[in-house]
Amino acid sequence: MGVATYIKDEKDAIKEVILQSGIKVKPVYKPEDLERIGFDYEKDLGDPGEYPFTRGIHPLGYRSRNWTVRQYSGFGTPKETNERFRLLISHGQTGLNVAFDLPTQMGYDSDDPMSEGEVGRVGMAVDSLKDFEIAFQDIQLDKIGSSLTINAIATVMLAMYQSVAEKFGYRKEDISATPQNDILKEMIGRGAWIYPVEPAVRLVGDSIEYAMKALPKCNPVSISGYHIRESGGTPAQEIAYALMIAFAYIDNVIARGYKAEEFVSRFSFNLNIYGNLWENVAKFRAGRKLWARLLRERYGVRDKKSLFLRGMFGGGGSGLTKQQPENNIMRGAYYALTAALAGGQTTGLCSFDEAYTIPTERAALLSLRTFQVLMDEIGLRDTVDPLAGSYFMETLTKEMEEKILEEMEKIEKIGGMIEAVSSGFVQSEVAKQAYEFEKKLQKGEVIKVGVNKYTEGTDMEVELHEHNEDWVRRQIDGLKKLRKDRDNSAVANSLKALEDSAKGQQNVMPYLVDCCKAYATVGEMSNVFREAFGEHIERLIF
Amino acid sequence: MGKPGLDGHDRGVKVVAYALKDAGMEVLYTGLHNTVQDIVNQAMQEDVDVIGLSIMSGAHIPICRKLMELIKKEGLTDILVVVGGVIPSRDIDVLKEMGVDEVFPNGSNFDEIIRFIQEHVKRQE
Repeated sequence: MGVATYIKDEKDAIKEVILQSGIKVKPVYKPEDLERIGFDYEKDLGDPGEYPFTRGIHPLGYRSRNWTVRQYSGFGTPKETNERFRLLISHGQTGLNVAFDLPTQMGYDSDDPMSEGEVGRVGMAVDSLKDFEIAFQDIQLDKIGSSLTINAIATVMLAMYQSVAEKFGYRKEDISATPQNDILKEMIGRGAWIYPVEPAVRLVGDSIEYAMKALPKCNPVSISGYHIRESGGTPAQEIAYALMIAFAYIDNVIARGYKAEEFVSRFSFNLNIYGNLWENVAKFRAGRKLWARLLRERYGVRDKKSLFLRGMFGGGGSGLTKQQPENNIMRGAYYALTAALAGGQTTGLCSFDEAYTIPTERAALLSLRTFQVLMDEIGLRDTVDPLAGSYFMETLTKEMEEKILEEMEKIEKIGGMIEAVSSGFVQSEVAKQAYEFEKKLQKGEVIKVGVNKYTEGTDMEVELHEHNEDWVRRQIDGLKKLRKDRDNSAVANSLKALEDSAKGQQNVMPYLVDCCKAYATVGEMSNVFREAFGEHIERLIF
Repeated sequence: MGKPGLDGHDRGVKVVAYALKDAGMEVLYTGLHNTVQDIVNQAMQEDVDVIGLSIMSGAHIPICRKLMELIKKEGLTDILVVVGGVIPSRDIDVLKEMGVDEVFPNGSNFDEIIRFIQEHVKRQE
């Protein structure tokens, strides 16, 4: 939900405002506040497009380039997903954001007993290259970029994406895919992990190393503070943990003999927007600044473009409510405004009906229109970083920066993010925040319209997506046919080579591409890794 | 408390675990990606008074049916069973007919959950 805490007197006047990250907001900000924080234009802001990029990474902001809108979509079978993709593209969407069902995310084939009841439920089912051939049919893969929301087996899906593109006649150098591929955040929130921390991070490293050499337009990892925030983390924790996760991946690749500067420009971020407008804008401004500064200081990165914090600012799922769902349309508009005031490049919104169902076509379209109204009607493309120089915003940005650094320091102290996740420390920090927040919400100390104030008594019924047994049967039949029709000795050979690479030190990516092209299934490839690496065991601290 | 199935959204289950713990209960959380059998096995091993499941995936009916079958088979009918998560109101009665003692859809208050467990726990000290 994510709103600030307001302490009021008996006349309803606000006495104190405490943002979720713990910063107190003053009633009035003046020039002396800037003096107090030692505000320095060159050091703290710089021009847009200039270090430290507090004001954004493009000199002309949205004047030179409108934002890219990616609405999350994908459900049922690849065929239905393909139809939704084409619809969104025809309405002006410029990038795809692909949702996979849970069995696919967890590396199970659609006919695996573990998949029962879950096939095609929260995204599309993918068993093999055959499914990608259907899902991406008639999509111009050299023009439309795709975010692939997959983590534990992101290597498999990146290889699959390259394979489908090559099959359709595109060059792998021309395709742009962004697999989410942030396994550490899965272990903190969202929970779609399979392999233990160390090999899981190695797989992330493999995909970064491979993309550096073979897929020049792909962004192999999208660091997702988003889900950390959804799981209960504060905005300051969201950025702090995201940066620490990024450093863990950088360290893995550096240990292979590369310099951060060779690959870090390909990192992108997936960050959340909901809750207090000011805190969120300040969070993004501070986050951009810290990323640039720390890349310079820790890793000696000098190349300007490599210092950009690029990514998707949006979503806001936890801010939406099941109660009075139309209110979510307005919330979405304000979240989009937040993204624009923060200078995000790519955005997407949770649809207003998402709190009680899988988004309908109409709701997904309404999110797209929300962005179009902001950019084409309201004037958000007029000038870059319009809040710059505000006594309040600059003070808050600086205070946010300090809070983020404080949270990072806690992780540093226990030896970095890999250790902090392995030990369960971060998970416990985030869960505690979620609990504290929920208590405040239930006591009415934080206000949520329609939930604990201005309620209407009638509640919107949750609509669960009817589970379409026909889809499931078709998917499983297709899979069974595939297993019969393909060259099974080629599959076995490709899987054996994959196993050798996984057990050894070689990068698994080229072997995965061979497996995909031989029509090995997602389950078969994932099980090779299960055999080689074992499975992650949660450390639960209460 | 258990989280059956592949879904990994565990904010709710953890938050409720904290609330029950704060109310003085001893709470064991099985973690993610459990089968119903795993959860029942742990419940027997730890000799629990209550099983609470958190289900967000929409698969609450088949999951609860399986749970109740296993509970019957193992003779654990004195264990209180509560279910939380994304549960449409029309399914609440269906779950109760199966033998689930109470359903707490998302948005339920901690106090209601705590009170229900304290008042209905079947096993005696």
